[in-house]
Amino acid sequence: MSASQPLLQVEDLHIALSTDAGSFPAVEGVSFEIARGETVGLVGESGCGKSITALSIMGLLKPPLGLAGGRIRLTGQEIQNLPAAELRSLRGKRIAMIFQEPMTALNPLKPVGRQIAEMFVLHQGASWREAEQKAVEALTQVKVPAPGRRAKDYPHQLSGGMRQRVMIAIALACEPDLLIADEPTTALDVTVQAEIVDLMKELCAARGTAILMISHDLGLVTDICRRVCVMYAGRIVEQQDSEQIFNHPQHPYTQGLVASLPRLGMRAQHGRRKLMEIAGVVPGITAYPGGCRFNPRCSRATEICVKVVPELEALGDGSLVRCHHHG
Amino acid sequence: MLGFVIRRVLQMVPMLAAIALLIFVLFSVIPGSFATGQQDEGLGLDMAVVARMRAELGLDDPLHVRFGAYVKQLATLDLGVSFRSRQPVADMIAARLWPSLKLTIAAMGFAIVIGLPLGFVAALRPGSLVDLGLMVIAVSGLSLPKFWLGILLMYLFALTLGWFPSFGYGQGGLWHLTLPALALGVSPMALLARTTRAAVLDIMNADFVRTARSKGMNEYRVVVWHVLRNALVLVLTTIGLQFGSLLGQGVVVEKLFAWPGVGSLLVDSVFQRDIPAVQGCILVITMFFLVINTSVDIAYKLIDPRIRYT
Amino acid sequence: MKLRANLAIGGGLTLLSLFVGVFGPWLAHTDPIMDANLMNAELPPSGEFWFGTDQQGRDIFSRVMYGAQISLTVGIGSQLINTAIGTTLGVTAGYWGGWWDDFVNGLTNLMLAIPSLIFALAIMAILGPGLTSLMIALGLTNWSYTCRISRAQALAIKSQGYVQAARVLGYGDMRIMFTQILPNTLGPIIVIATLGMGGSILAEAALSFLGLGVRPPSPSWGSMLSDARETITTAPWLSLFPGLAIFLTVLGLNLLGDGLRDVLDPQSRSRR
Repeated sequence: MSASQPLLQVEDLHIALSTDAGSFPAVEGVSFEIARGETVGLVGESGCGKSITALSIMGLLKPPLGLAGGRIRLTGQEIQNLPAAELRSLRGKRIAMIFQEPMTALNPLKPVGRQIAEMFVLHQGASWREAEQKAVEALTQVKVPAPGRRAKDYPHQLSGGMRQRVMIAIALACEPDLLIADEPTTALDVTVQAEIVDLMKELCAARGTAILMISHDLGLVTDICRRVCVMYAGRIVEQQDSEQIFNHPQHPYTQGLVASLPRLGMRAQHGRRKLMEIAGVVPGITAYPGGCRFNPRCSRATEICVKVVPELEALGDGSLVRCHHHG
Repeated sequence: MLGFVIRRVLQMVPMLAAIALLIFVLFSVIPGSFATGQQDEGLGLDMAVVARMRAELGLDDPLHVRFGAYVKQLATLDLGVSFRSRQPVADMIAARLWPSLKLTIAAMGFAIVIGLPLGFVAALRPGSLVDLGLMVIAVSGLSLPKFWLGILLMYLFALTLGWFPSFGYGQGGLWHLTLPALALGVSPMALLARTTRAAVLDIMNADFVRTARSKGMNEYRVVVWHVLRNALVLVLTTIGLQFGSLLGQGVVVEKLFAWPGVGSLLVDSVFQRDIPAVQGCILVITMFFLVINTSVDIAYKLIDPRIRYT
Repeated sequence: MKLRANLAIGGGLTLLSLFVGVFGPWLAHTDPIMDANLMNAELPPSGEFWFGTDQQGRDIFSRVMYGAQISLTVGIGSQLINTAIGTTLGVTAGYWGGWWDDFVNGLTNLMLAIPSLIFALAIMAILGPGLTSLMIALGLTNWSYTCRISRAQALAIKSQGYVQAARVLGYGDMRIMFTQILPNTLGPIIVIATLGMGGSILAEAALSFLGLGVRPPSPSWGSMLSDARETITTAPWLSLFPGLAIFLTVLGLNLLGDGLRDVLDPQSRSRR
């Protein structure tokens, strides 16, 4: 593989939701790339398809959701149709994932050390004895105090932040190339969120692990990610560098997101102006509007927005936008 | 942990007292009940004899005196003397206890050995033909009258094929035990299969199973490392409840197969209007039910670290 | 798919047993008790005696038809008693709380601590055999689940806005319980009663089999099986049909209960 080859390429991904009433597009034409060691964010409201995009990369979609088209390449190799056994050897070893709710994501009846140790047994052929020792090391790396004792604790005996550290230790145990983090801090106290984010950044940077960060929180994502993809109702509507997106959001939806962010100094600039909110609600998956899916909520919507689906348009500086009236 | 066990065991005491009171009230207070039944039945008993018996047995004393005497008796594990055989009831029950327990354990063993795997298999292929078939068997098993199943088994395997004896205890071996245990075990087996299936389906959808898959585990390891034990915790309650109630439900099967257990003693005593024996049997069966439920709670605590020490 | 199969098969079987229960006397060929004829004793099934005859030459088909009445009467009667006790205790305990709640809880735990068949057997021993005794015995011993569910529902509903509003409007406790809480507990209670009816029919058969239920000449399925046991070597068909009748009736109720649970009480689906 060449150095310039991207680590992960998602091309024209389609995910369908099959119900008794028919098949609905949950994700449509999603494409993005992640280079080695790069950090990319996927932002959108809940239900926009960002989490299932992540699950499809892991090959963990479950009915009624299913892959309906597109390619997922890991260092050039297509993985979306790999046999189950080969896919399993990628999971955990080359692509790892951490989830939103660390309490339910951990088995309540197993000591956390054991749950970390499983990784070494699965992927490195270690004995349980070695694996448990390595698990203690892994806990040390994620800065869990008294790791030897903590390894014997059950998930319910740990705090939310500690549990998420355990999840990170599991995910990074085999030094994967890509870490997918699905809302990793949403379930945590605000004070703990920053610690967890910093920890992820630090550990991944040290290992050269790329991160795909999935969140509804644009502020959080721009904080750690170099590049951001904004999703709305199953489509990517904008892709930009993190620094750019604040100053020059192109899509009306992104502009809404940016405007709704509380920012340092904003109060000073704008006085008592309230945080802006985007009017309307996210449409349900079975009731997506025609044309641009944002049109019912968009102040700039015209006739063309209702009739024609806008294409993803390159703006020259590497950013992409899907809007008839961008800018 | 020890504190939990002690507390849990102590909680049984008021419950036992309440049960003793209930049994006492049922058989001693309700007018025209059992105790006076000998006259109504017209068994040809001499009224003078009845009166003497009542006095001798203390049945004419005021209620609170009788209840006091009853509790004092129970406290020393004395269940009274049988009206009929004039033997201590405790001895009569003791002789019957092991056969009853053996039958219950065998039935429950059968239910666990067959029901758990069936439920698992069904849950791993939900919606499949296997699943559907197993669940049809399960709901049928729950709808079978135990004694009818017993009669069918007796007819087929004892009278027609001659593989097993049609009734009796024999030397207490497996040969005599098989048919009664099957008759008693099929419905808990069916219930366990259903509960296990539901529990496994529940667990298979849990977040931590998704985590396990995201670790790159194959389905076999997902099931063995992560699903098995968690599903067992959910099923344990059912096992405990069934185990306890089988002691009660065994009555019919014991009677059908002429099995010398507490259940058949209970039924015989009812027909003989032997109140102390009836009370004793009910008390012992209920006590075992309580003990088993308490043990299940304690076992639960052992395998599920989440349950707090309260 | 499966959901509808449950409901369809269960409902069909239940309707069939209800039909037989109501119209049994017209369906029967002969009187189930009086038409004994020792000349016809222990005949195998034939064109004249569809299910054969018993030791006393009575037509088993007729007896099975009449038996449905007994089973269903006991099943429905005991479930009405159970539901009445369970909902009354449960709803009032949940709504009023306090010492009454503690008392009802204690009582429920006590009921759950005694194997119900044993309890029913004890009551039958005291009351003596008979239909009424059976309904009372089985009606007094199986209300704990209904009680727990209605208590939980009452607790959950009590704190909700519309009940609070009703209270502010000056509705009496009774009116609130009957108009606001009870209708909301209906779904799960119907499910429990349906499944419980199957249990009662099994228990009735068991008690009658032991000789503690309905007295022998009455054509109870359980007591027919008790008689049949003695002739199992010479006339095995006597054991077949009454048992099959119990099985199909209870199977119908169990399937119907499962189906209703999927429809009426979706969140508790597949539990228990």
